[in-house]
Amino acid sequence: MSRIEVEHLVKDFGGRAAVNDVSFSVERGALCVLLGPSGCGKSTTLRLIAGLEEPTAGRIVIDGRDITHLPSKDRRIAMVFQSYALFPHLTVAQNIVFGLEVRGVARAERDARLGKVAALVGLSEYLTRKPGQLSGGQRQRVALARAIVSEQPVCLMDEPLSNLDAKLRQEMRVEIRALQQRLGMTMIYVTHDQVEAMTMADQVILMKDGAIEQAGSPVDLYQAPATVFAARFVGAPPMNLIAAAGPEPSVVTGVRAEDMRLAPPTGNGADAEVTSIEYLGADTIVGLRRSDDGDAILVRVPGRASARIGERAALAWDPAHEHRFDRASGRRLSAFPPSTDRSPA
Amino acid sequence: MSFGLHRLMPRRTTVEAWLLLLPSVVLLATFAHIPIVATLIDSFYSTPRRNRPAHFVGLDNYRDMVADPIFWKALINNLIYAAGTIPAAVAIALAMALFVDSRLPGRSLLRMAYFTPTVLPMIAVANIWLFFYTPGYGLLDQIAILFGGHTTNWLGSQHTALAAVMVVAVWKEAGFFMIFYLAALQQIPPDLREAAAIEGASRFTFFRRVTWPLLMPVTLFVLVNAVINAFRTVDHIFMMTGGGPDNATNVLLFHIYEIGFKFWDQGAATALTMVLLALLGLLALAQFLFAGRKVHYQ
Ligand SMILES: Nc1ncnc2c1ncn2[C@@H]1O[C@H](COP(=O)(O)OP(=O)(O)O)[C@@H](O)[C@H]1O
Ligand SMILES: [Mg+2]
Repeated sequence: MSRIEVEHLVKDFGGRAAVNDVSFSVERGALCVLLGPSGCGKSTTLRLIAGLEEPTAGRIVIDGRDITHLPSKDRRIAMVFQSYALFPHLTVAQNIVFGLEVRGVARAERDARLGKVAALVGLSEYLTRKPGQLSGGQRQRVALARAIVSEQPVCLMDEPLSNLDAKLRQEMRVEIRALQQRLGMTMIYVTHDQVEAMTMADQVILMKDGAIEQAGSPVDLYQAPATVFAARFVGAPPMNLIAAAGPEPSVVTGVRAEDMRLAPPTGNGADAEVTSIEYLGADTIVGLRRSDDGDAILVRVPGRASARIGERAALAWDPAHEHRFDRASGRRLSAFPPSTDRSPA
Repeated sequence: MSFGLHRLMPRRTTVEAWLLLLPSVVLLATFAHIPIVATLIDSFYSTPRRNRPAHFVGLDNYRDMVADPIFWKALINNLIYAAGTIPAAVAIALAMALFVDSRLPGRSLLRMAYFTPTVLPMIAVANIWLFFYTPGYGLLDQIAILFGGHTTNWLGSQHTALAAVMVVAVWKEAGFFMIFYLAALQQIPPDLREAAAIEGASRFTFFRRVTWPLLMPVTLFVLVNAVINAFRTVDHIFMMTGGGPDNATNVLLFHIYEIGFKFWDQGAATALTMVLLALLGLLALAQFLFAGRKVHYQ
């Protein structure tokens, strides 16, 4: 049985659809990431599920219960806001148990749950502080604790890590995922960061312009992107699109950076010139430009690349690694051969 | 070397700080502190007359003041005036701010309407209300007559005059205080309300647990202003009742004016002024001590 079902959800803001006929379902205990560029309707979708916006059309069902028109408080959800939405005049402890107090949970139980959750997120020593006296990461934990302590079966998160620095973001990714699995929460997690989606999700819903572009596991999205947009959005660096490769002009061919190799120049027109070298430690991203088109092609080379800027090289790849898209619609033409054992980058 | 620097730095910065403060200190001293001290000294001297210069009389002026029933009448009136107008003005201001902060159509027009009394000079306000209160054909009486009531001399009766001038003060002040509340309300991030709604807080709970505490600094500010105004604003009393009938609307500052500039009794007036100042100082101190601890400043 699906835990969360979203059916043909539409939300209009003054005639413009921010969410346009979105349907998906999330399994019980799964972490579903809503991924997409800024303004694609992720937050609106989440807020519709939270009951903070009224849908123009569509249905939201949680555990067989139609909650489309229920007030937020009766939906049995918890939510972590991008801004954390902590009450600045309350202490960490008061912030965490705010909802329990409002719902009339007895003091003894409140204290017990507070103690447990505070230990879980590592806030035990900060319970008497006000949010203003905490670092960004600690505030994030308070917001997380407030969501966890409510023990709701569904947890919604809107870009919870976007205000943290890169190192903390990475730690929190792992931590949130571990908590979600340990507590068995069903989670919908909004982000524009494909790394968060790839590393945390059981299921990724990639959105664009208010509609779903592709839904699937991180591996599906990486290995068999359904559209050119998905191919370019998921994975870093984005997939190379090679114009006019092959005999068919209506086809766009995509090859990922790690599926490409640099070969000695052949001397014919297909050679490219090295224009950038980005050393990452374990590997190097070499950027090349062919004379006949503008877009740089990025090649991932293990270790340090021997290439120098200005040198010429030929590009080579195994045709099995080609992703083929229809130029007009941007949709995928070929199924990706199920031969790979690569894990997503 | 560094030792020398350490000893030098604080002195230099202190001197600079004092130099920077000097202009405002001079202004404050000239126009506030020195007059207060001068008034305090004057209050221990008799009123200078043409043939008898002022001489030291100790606490005589204060003794006379305490013996004067009109002083007590004015003081009690003023306390009633403060106790009535302050909570009413603050409560109405908050209610109006909450109302125009919500997403209703035409709210900017409403905000302007609420704010209008603040922009009007007190003299104009008094004139408007004089018309409202006029027995027989004033607005209030016209309404009363329409519903079969009888005419009332609001400002002419000892029982209603004080309440009538209090209403004017509330009407004038509430819009002003509303602006501060409105500004503070708009500082509260909307996602706090959303987070609280998801946690199950009703609108009232949210107000009690979040909005009201976050408005505390504004409330304190507004209260201090309201208290000062309750003892300071007497323009409309001049215009509407002249302190009457039979001192029914006489308040401290009006009393000081009458003693000082109608009866030219400087000794008595300075003593009264000191009492008013002491009262205001105590009230302000009490507010900060009482509320200061509970206020959360961002
Ligand atoms: N309250 C609103 N009123 C009008 N337009 C809105 C509102 N909220 C969002 N939108 C519009 O809906 C679109 C999707 O917004 P949002 O869901 O916040 O995007 P995302 O979270 O993916 O960045 C945007 O174009 C945004 O301008
Ligand atoms: Mg968003």
